[in-house]
Amino acid sequence: MRARSLFLLVAALGLTATLAACGGSSKSSKGTTSTSTSAGAAGGTFIAVANKAPSGSPDPQIDYTLQEWQLLIFTHDGLVAFKRVGGTGGTQLVPDLATSIPNPTDGGKTYTFTIRKGIKFSNGKELKPSDVKYTFLRLFKIKQSPNAGSWYNVIVGGDACVKTPASCNLDQGVIANDAKGTVTFHLTRGDPEFLDKLAVPFAFILPTGTPNHEVQIPPPGTGPYKWVEYNPNKALKLVRNPFFKEWSKDAQPNGNPDTIIEKLNISVEGEVTQVENGQADWMFDLPPSDRLNEMSTKYSKQVYINPLTAVLYFAFNVRVPPFNNLKARQAVNFATDRNALVKIYGGPKLAVPTCQILPPGFPGYKAYCPYTKNPGSGKWTAPDLAKARKLVAESGTKGAVVKVNTDTTDVDKGFGEYFIGLLNSLGYKAQPQFLSADIQYPFCQNSKNKVQFCFSSWYQDYPAASDFLNVLLGCSDFVPNSNASPNISEFCDKGIQAQMNGALKQGITDPSGANQKWAQIDHAVTDQAPWVAMFNPKYVNFVSKRVKGFQFSPQWYFLIDQASVK
Amino acid sequence: MAVFEPEAEGLVLDAEETGGDVVGRSPWSLAGRRLLRNKLALAAFALFVLIVAVSLAAPLYAHRVAHTDPYASNLSGTFQLNGKTVQVIQQGAGKLGLGETPVGPTWHAKYFIGADSQGRDVMARVLYGGRASLFIGVGSALLACLVALVLALVAGYFGGITDLVLSRLMDLIWAFPLYLLAISLATVLLARPTTKPLKIWFITLQAASLWIPLLIIGIVYIPYVFRPIRGQVLSLREKEFVEAAVAQGAGSLRVVFLEVLPNVLSTVIVLLPLMIATTILTESALSYLSIGVQPPKASWGTIVEDGQTLLYTRPWVAIAPGIMIVLTVLALNVFGDGLRDALDPRSKVRMK
Repeated sequence: MRARSLFLLVAALGLTATLAACGGSSKSSKGTTSTSTSAGAAGGTFIAVANKAPSGSPDPQIDYTLQEWQLLIFTHDGLVAFKRVGGTGGTQLVPDLATSIPNPTDGGKTYTFTIRKGIKFSNGKELKPSDVKYTFLRLFKIKQSPNAGSWYNVIVGGDACVKTPASCNLDQGVIANDAKGTVTFHLTRGDPEFLDKLAVPFAFILPTGTPNHEVQIPPPGTGPYKWVEYNPNKALKLVRNPFFKEWSKDAQPNGNPDTIIEKLNISVEGEVTQVENGQADWMFDLPPSDRLNEMSTKYSKQVYINPLTAVLYFAFNVRVPPFNNLKARQAVNFATDRNALVKIYGGPKLAVPTCQILPPGFPGYKAYCPYTKNPGSGKWTAPDLAKARKLVAESGTKGAVVKVNTDTTDVDKGFGEYFIGLLNSLGYKAQPQFLSADIQYPFCQNSKNKVQFCFSSWYQDYPAASDFLNVLLGCSDFVPNSNASPNISEFCDKGIQAQMNGALKQGITDPSGANQKWAQIDHAVTDQAPWVAMFNPKYVNFVSKRVKGFQFSPQWYFLIDQASVK
Repeated sequence: MAVFEPEAEGLVLDAEETGGDVVGRSPWSLAGRRLLRNKLALAAFALFVLIVAVSLAAPLYAHRVAHTDPYASNLSGTFQLNGKTVQVIQQGAGKLGLGETPVGPTWHAKYFIGADSQGRDVMARVLYGGRASLFIGVGSALLACLVALVLALVAGYFGGITDLVLSRLMDLIWAFPLYLLAISLATVLLARPTTKPLKIWFITLQAASLWIPLLIIGIVYIPYVFRPIRGQVLSLREKEFVEAAVAQGAGSLRVVFLEVLPNVLSTVIVLLPLMIATTILTESALSYLSIGVQPPKASWGTIVEDGQTLLYTRPWVAIAPGIMIVLTVLALNVFGDGLRDALDPRSKVRMK
């Protein structure tokens, strides 16, 4: 998922790495694993503070923000779940409302789940297989679910539901049998990421009868908490679900606090001060740069730093001059001082320079950096300005006017200012195109605007290489003249796309072999330089003194309900 | 040319107020003498001239004294301070080493009041920022005063439908929220592809051009000058000297520009410094909101914005341009008051 700057926290999603697959580990600033502190007692009220309410809608089938997803994971469940633990184990899929994770049949096109018995929604109704079918019908019928057409249209009947939501019929795609307690999904083609897609909030199961339109507070779920307040101008509030009984500690462990409140409309500076004073237990937003030093010196025991499976980058438009020229794109890549960009973001403790698309520790990741002085180690070390200038001269693009597009938040604008100076030093005539954060990303996506060089960022939806490579640089993800075209580079290389299709197909039966292919694809795309990949960020969590049991999941970040404030 | 005579209206100034003997002196000469006696206004004017001068000398300071490029990022740069090599952007202290802090005031030629978050010399940027702020402030005030003067003369003298149309147009501009208008225009201009820059007749405007905030601010402030001048023209056209000129066969243009205009010029001159102060403040606000001067260029407003994120650690980045704005606006307002006292006798008249 694409996140706006984490300082604003608009959109976001998933997080860190699938370090499990690649043997990485998530370390906190204190050098301990992110599962760090010991668990405390149950009870009390956990108070979070945030600058803004989650952007978009409160509806769990519409909302696409980390901010709400971090709360939805302990109010609702899917058929499967990412294991609710900190560290590398957090990317492992485990059965949740289903008794087990089924092996697909029919060439990866059929999944049959057996639903656990005795689970109740927070309104007291018992969960039935027909609720699962109702959930997926609603996903299409509410029309606004952002990924219904791209993630779930693989269900038989899904494409027709996207075209005519009102008459959506999944009788052939989702077969629920309340008597046997089973749900069977039939897909139009094998999808190696189907189970991942069932583990995110769009697919969390809602009770039959939930209105087929956007709701203003998340409806009843099966998790240990339920929503009792959703006031975007004031606060979000969750209390214990009286009908919850723990059925799987891995998938949905009981929470510690009795009440969880997220207070809204507090300045980011105010958030820091409230956590420092113990008035709040955790700040959702990243701390402002001028408070980091104070946190580092006076409150170091309350700070946790964790790497994210994310990348911040500037996308070239490969169809618009001057960056329709490969040498021009490579020149800017060689000239970019990634250490300087890391400094703008907050320093080497908060980000690691990169040249490639996939983040470290991700499936398919193999370190690769051709755009550095002394390449070969796979790591970026320093810019190579001489080579960059030579490439600019060879490209014949010197003197071209380039608009550098970012949003107007301080850090992102800082990146833009850096690149304006860099492009000018390479002989281009760079101009700023700094737009409000509300419009900048859709503006870049729309090919009508012919944006030449655009800042963006991407945070994983789930741990799969295609979530970066195919979603951001696949031919089908460039949609001309649309505000929903995540391939903002407009990059489409038919040879590379064929390799992606092959890797996707192989992933159904041979995930390990597919990941090797994804590594080759990552390097091939990097050579084509559709982006200047800048760095992989880390997340700073700042908690109050009384918070015990801090855990950081690579998928869901800070597991709020597993912390203790008692 | 006929000039409004206070004596003819029964309004008389005493000798002390006019600076001595008034016999045989022109109104401009009398105003000059009054202004020269106002030490506070002269000091304010001197301060303004000084600010303009140091701003104009910005390239000299940047290239000869600080040896820096005020527009280029210098995030990985180092410099010598007291014989030691110092990083321009320094890594945070403490156990975790979080955060990056630009070097603070050195009180030396390089980084005299420190660096901003891009590693640029703040002192050099404040001086360059002054050039942009003063250019836009003075330019837009001149534009507003010039256009408003012409429109007010036409509307006030001809009256009728001409006055109605022009006055309603001014009401329309006045009623439109300034910042909303500026944000809308700036966004539309910024969003244009490089292949389609804005063209006004033969002039091509790029999004980062200083002329864009200048034009926006200048146009928006036209009604503020138009209204008082139009009111004065409405009054003047009923005076005997205007009737006399008309009776002698003078055409409308001659009457407007040779009889009426000289009598409203003093008002425009009084308004000009006050308008410059207002437009500098407006430019600073727009630039602070990222819709005025565009990076990497600087104005005082953009530097205040740059300093906002450094308030806890490097307050001088925001304070320095703030001081410049305050001094400039204060100087212009005090000088404007002095000009008004000198040029507008009615502000100090008493009925005899």
